[in-house]
Amino acid sequence: MERRESIKAMMLGSFGTSLLLQSCLDTSAEQLQEKIWKYQYGRTPKEAAHDRKLLGQQFFDEHQMKLIGRLADLILPPHDNGSTTEAEVPGFIEFIAKDIPSLQSPLKSGLKWLEEESNKQFQGSFLNISEGDQKSILDHIAFQVEGVEKQPDGIAFFSLIRDLVMTGYFTSEVGLKDLGYMGNIPNVWDGIPEDVLKDHDVAYDEAWLAKCIDQNTRNEIAKWDKNGNLLN
Amino acid sequence: MATKVLADAGLKVAVVEAGPFFDPANPEQQTQLKWPHESPRRGASNRRPFGDFDTAYGGWEIEGEPYTHSGDTKFDWFRSRMLGGRTNHWGRISLRFGPRDFKGKDRDGLGENWPIGYDDLKPYYDKVDQLIGIFGSKENMSNEPDGFFLPPPKPRLHELYFIKGAQKANVPVIPARLSILTKRINNDRGICFYCNQCNRSCSVYADFSAGSCLIFPAQKSGGQVDLYVDSMVKEVTVDENGKATGVNYVNKEDKREYSIKARVVILAASACSTARILLNSKSTKHPNGLGNSSNLVGKYLHDSTGADRMAFIPDLMNRKRYNEDGVGGMHVYTPWWLDNKKLDFPRGYHLEVWGGMGMPSYGFGFDPNMFNKFFGEKVGGYGDHLRADVKKYYGSLVGISGRGESIAMKENYCEIDPDTVDEYGIPVLRFHYKWSDFEKKQAVHMNDTFEEIFENMGGKLLGERPGADKDFGLHTPGRIIHEVGTTRMGSDPKTSVVNEFERLHDVDNVFIVDAGPFVSQADKNPTWTIMALSWRTSDFIIEELKKQNI
Repeated sequence: MERRESIKAMMLGSFGTSLLLQSCLDTSAEQLQEKIWKYQYGRTPKEAAHDRKLLGQQFFDEHQMKLIGRLADLILPPHDNGSTTEAEVPGFIEFIAKDIPSLQSPLKSGLKWLEEESNKQFQGSFLNISEGDQKSILDHIAFQVEGVEKQPDGIAFFSLIRDLVMTGYFTSEVGLKDLGYMGNIPNVWDGIPEDVLKDHDVAYDEAWLAKCIDQNTRNEIAKWDKNGNLLN
Repeated sequence: MATKVLADAGLKVAVVEAGPFFDPANPEQQTQLKWPHESPRRGASNRRPFGDFDTAYGGWEIEGEPYTHSGDTKFDWFRSRMLGGRTNHWGRISLRFGPRDFKGKDRDGLGENWPIGYDDLKPYYDKVDQLIGIFGSKENMSNEPDGFFLPPPKPRLHELYFIKGAQKANVPVIPARLSILTKRINNDRGICFYCNQCNRSCSVYADFSAGSCLIFPAQKSGGQVDLYVDSMVKEVTVDENGKATGVNYVNKEDKREYSIKARVVILAASACSTARILLNSKSTKHPNGLGNSSNLVGKYLHDSTGADRMAFIPDLMNRKRYNEDGVGGMHVYTPWWLDNKKLDFPRGYHLEVWGGMGMPSYGFGFDPNMFNKFFGEKVGGYGDHLRADVKKYYGSLVGISGRGESIAMKENYCEIDPDTVDEYGIPVLRFHYKWSDFEKKQAVHMNDTFEEIFENMGGKLLGERPGADKDFGLHTPGRIIHEVGTTRMGSDPKTSVVNEFERLHDVDNVFIVDAGPFVSQADKNPTWTIMALSWRTSDFIIEELKKQNI
């Protein structure tokens, strides 16, 4: 068995049903196990228990989750490079609302405000009105009001949900790719590419470069003379 | 460091650690190379204070392990409960103290001089460099001594901008000095593969952590090292003559108390934890706490000063993409460069620079087009332009941090709070700490420097310049996590706690090898000096044991 697989088997075994019965109120056993397995990132037992507890709970109801999904798509429309659905933005917002309790009231009251506004202006749920009508609501809350101490409710809410959507997208697999982030992979840094230096009209100082690592020698075991001069 | 030196000398060492065993190579503990979406909170910092992937089990607040404050004073105490402690996540900035740093009082009459000087520590700095590995460059600067360096990595793009901006302001910049292996130093440890994640602790041991570079090698080479993990030391025990006999600790799992007997007790719990253990070690012979006949245990607590500023650099918009992660920290930095005689504050600070096309984490994309305001364009909105805005501004944010020396003062201290215990029943620390005008004036100067350099870089400053109401941007004491000085070193037992070999004046078989003995902290990060001192002390212990003096 592959190491990853064997760890997975061990984990599923060790969490077992007793834990699930204790902490899982809203999610089926299979769903929870899938969620738990998805997040293997070096947690301490206490941290893992906290994550498991939250992953087993549901904070937003189905209707609210749909509202969040719809808002996410309006904020960042689906694109060839990736969508908020592929980025699992609604699920992330569901989790972070449980994890940072101070987000709960602004998010829930914001969604309520949105529904009320939609009913008042267009006599229907935000989910059922036309895209044009949806946007006409957003147009009034998408920009900060200048010169006031506290932003009106709808505006503060929209700023919050936009932050969460944007961060959820750009921290996802598709979002990172869309951004063009190329790191988090073993490599050998050997300076800024030539064309980039040229584009920015900057250059390395020769004396400085002479001090830097010659990456062809990185594997040789360092040797110094008694004064600390590197010999290789 | 003491574990390694003593075990290599054939001594039997019991390491008592308040947290669990930790090895960055263990896949179940590893966070290196994880993606933000492997965390359900996308790496947010509400659970671990430096984000989900940072390798410090603990933080400024730990459930069940409180600390308190006197009056309205502030001190934030960072603890990391794991084998290797804070060395698993630290910045790896490894600066030697220079000759001037040991004798501050000679220059300005403030604080106290160290009883030792650079020449006493130089051989040990040299040994630490070679054992652990550090990159840097020979610069022949009088107070920034050169060492046994590996070659540094080439600067990143924003660092070239910083160099230009700094030089125009007559601020020197040199290659950074970090304990990261840009070149192999032995066959047991790997070489840096430039993931920028030293704070996650390196799974191939290419950066310095106490576990991977000292304790594991000591064990591997046959040293007799017994690890007691999840064991919270409560007190040092003594015999009827007041000599130390070992320690009592609480096992965190069964919450019961156990004893370990030892010929020599070495405290390396970090400056404040060590003070706490000593103050909690009361006996007939030491009614005031162990080593505290001077009443100075806990006094002279001081952290580095710290202030930061960020700027948007329009020239760094619309960047071409490439992997510029680099090492886990800056590739260039500015050592202290001015003469205090011409300034209105004592002691100096160094500059750290950060920025670049780093890996997004929770918070990335907030206020996605806030820089629009610099072009008179609308900020906010929704729709596909947000995607373009984020990409346009990615990599255009640069920050500069000043980290400086504060003056050690008797009025800044930690003591035992008689009314509070932790969940193990051990009395906790109460802090009393205030910044003085020395630090505030230094922070004002830092802000002048930040602004001048950013201006030279064509940068647009973010946020307001912090005023008196915000202590001119100084972080709360403790936030830089360089707290030192609680068991300071000196020749006179009336004005210091340990002697120049870090031995308690009051008890000849108790030593302190963390930053407690620091008389002053310089503007340098303390780790390299902690290790050089610890090695020197360990050599002394070995000699004394050989002579049967202990």
